[in-house]
Amino acid sequence: MTAALRFDPIRLPEKCEQLRKEVRAFLADEIAAGTFDPHKPNREDTDAPEFSRRVGAKGWLGMTWPKKYGGQERSFLERYVVTEEMRVANAPTRRFFVADRQSGPVLLKYAPEHVKMDILPRICRGELCFAIGMSEPNSGSDLFAAKTRATRTDGGYLVNGTKIWTSSAHIADYMIAIFRTSAPTRENRRHGLTQFLVKMKQPGIQVNPIGQITGQYEFNEVVFTDYFVPDDHVLGEVDGAWKQATSELAYERSGPERFLETYYVLTELVRAVGDEPDTRSAEGIGRLVAQLHTMRRMSVSVAGMLQAGKEPVVEASIVKDIGTVWEQQLPHRVRDLAAFVEETATNRETLERQLDFAIKTAPKLTIQGGTTEVLRGIIARGLGLR
Amino acid sequence: MAESDNIVVETAEKIFSDLADPQTINHDKKGAWKAPLWQALSEAGLPLSWVPEDCGGSGASLADGFALLNAAGRFAVAVPLAETMLAGWLLAQAKIASPDGEMTVAPASPKDRITLHPDGSLSGRARSVPFAKAAKHFAVLAQGNGGLSIALVDAARARIEAGLNVGYDNSDTVTFDKVQPITTKPAPKGFDQNTLMLMGCVARSLQIAGSLESMLDISVRYSNERVAFEKKISKFQAVQHNLARLAGESAAALAAATSAADAIANAKFFDEAIFLEAAAAKIRCAEAAEKGGAIAHQVHGAIGFTMEHILHRYSLRALAWRDDFGSESHWAVELGRLVAHRGADELWPLVASR
Repeated sequence: MTAALRFDPIRLPEKCEQLRKEVRAFLADEIAAGTFDPHKPNREDTDAPEFSRRVGAKGWLGMTWPKKYGGQERSFLERYVVTEEMRVANAPTRRFFVADRQSGPVLLKYAPEHVKMDILPRICRGELCFAIGMSEPNSGSDLFAAKTRATRTDGGYLVNGTKIWTSSAHIADYMIAIFRTSAPTRENRRHGLTQFLVKMKQPGIQVNPIGQITGQYEFNEVVFTDYFVPDDHVLGEVDGAWKQATSELAYERSGPERFLETYYVLTELVRAVGDEPDTRSAEGIGRLVAQLHTMRRMSVSVAGMLQAGKEPVVEASIVKDIGTVWEQQLPHRVRDLAAFVEETATNRETLERQLDFAIKTAPKLTIQGGTTEVLRGIIARGLGLR
Repeated sequence: MAESDNIVVETAEKIFSDLADPQTINHDKKGAWKAPLWQALSEAGLPLSWVPEDCGGSGASLADGFALLNAAGRFAVAVPLAETMLAGWLLAQAKIASPDGEMTVAPASPKDRITLHPDGSLSGRARSVPFAKAAKHFAVLAQGNGGLSIALVDAARARIEAGLNVGYDNSDTVTFDKVQPITTKPAPKGFDQNTLMLMGCVARSLQIAGSLESMLDISVRYSNERVAFEKKISKFQAVQHNLARLAGESAAALAAATSAADAIANAKFFDEAIFLEAAAAKIRCAEAAEKGGAIAHQVHGAIGFTMEHILHRYSLRALAWRDDFGSESHWAVELGRLVAHRGADELWPLVASR
């Protein structure tokens, strides 16, 4: 028999619902105060530092981390609720999202104690923005082809090379990046890369914006020229970054952000069809809602397994594969149905504007953070095919 | 495959393995395996799992019964186990004791209606009733002047036009023409035809999910055996990615079906949340049956298209189960109407409540 895929029907515990109410009330206040417009996912400036600090003040950043680092020691399921409510509301999470989801946990695991004490509380207060330095001009999905070098010098390393497609690098305070510290060996082509904590806005780093097809500037080219990293910013084993990447990926892959990116067009379609939809609209909406519900139940199930200390690597990859393909197709399915919306629908213009943006966003969803092809390779390995 | 962590599933899997091995029964064209299988299932009390002991059943929990249906799907069991379980459950809603032997439920489609006349007789036609021809009794939900009633009917009293679904199982038209039931009692308050249909949908969803688990399993195994272009076909990336998608469809079906089953097992009554869970399960599992089954066939090539191979036992049944108790199109329209009626800003709260 093939290895069991598990998607137990895990429910969010009662305390999550209280938290959900608090998050909704907070977001409603922010919307009322004009911090952001939930109907406008295509705003030009997605950076909202003051909002980030207010989210931090609520205790919703680093909320699963130890209290001594500024965390709340709450569960992953509680964090799940905060994440999904923010995403559905189109809240401007850009400044803190990567730090909270990904960079903080890496630091918790691999950074020296004094670095953790310095940085993690500031992430929790919403003061720090992180970027991830993985891709290079000739190394994307093939992470282990990275060439940007970190060479030994007094008290640390000198970095030379270029990272690319680096989201938020232009506003980031720090980056967690992998650099080449040794050549790969014949036995192990993954050998020789090391993970580093990089302080941005320093001499030796130049950030060049890259325009995206949505019209936004969110990713960048980051050029390192004799950039100095001190020894205490090495994260984990020198030359051994490949051993450190697996368990965090389950968190990165299966969260609500992996199927809710274009959700807003579905809400707006429901608004546009009104309370007595024709058969075609009703059927289309019913299918999309059934698919959404299923995705979410799968995602919550993986979150529950992670909370229980399991490592559902294959299940998490399945959630991201199905979820990102779904959120990519969603604007097109909504567009199909929007063709029949009455001219008189009051939100018609909003829906059309949202669709324009979602359709332009869609191509990236199956590329960022691990392409569909990479995910299916991981699933295939889990099935015993590779 | 999900490990059996309860005694009901363990018992069932042992019986299925011994008496309903797909390879063995696929070669038994006369169906001689059916009687011993049914007898073993009956002796273990499985067909009346959902019937309380004081109504003649074995009084298993809803959750155990749902897990049993998932296991039955993994073996693509072609005897009226799910149907008898549903019939027993329906009768038990009105505290009607279940008789021995095969049963099924009527109506089995949201569009059909059976009428209860003032003289106590039943009239009406129910189409696509699964295993009606094999059933000794029907559990009938009928509309009378005073509301809905549940009735136990001797199958010999109804007219049955036999038919086959795409999985080669009986799916028959049952006509009641002033038929006097053995027993009739009022349905409990709040119980309507949708309640029965949604329960049927969850049963079928679990069976589809089970069949997809098996399709994934045999497809992976086959791809690791079959050699083409001088290597195992499992080593071709195109095949790997197809199988990864099949795993995704299998996973989606399992998640949707077990979520709906869990929701019903823990619910006091069928509210909008249960409606979402059950309808979504039927919709998503039906989609998975189509997409996943197509991949399983693609991986197998021509051999999977033969009657000699067991693949069709799963793939065609999964497709046939889509039709029972309302197709995915039917429930998509109903779910879409519910969502539209609640309004745009109530969609996310409904989804998030699950």
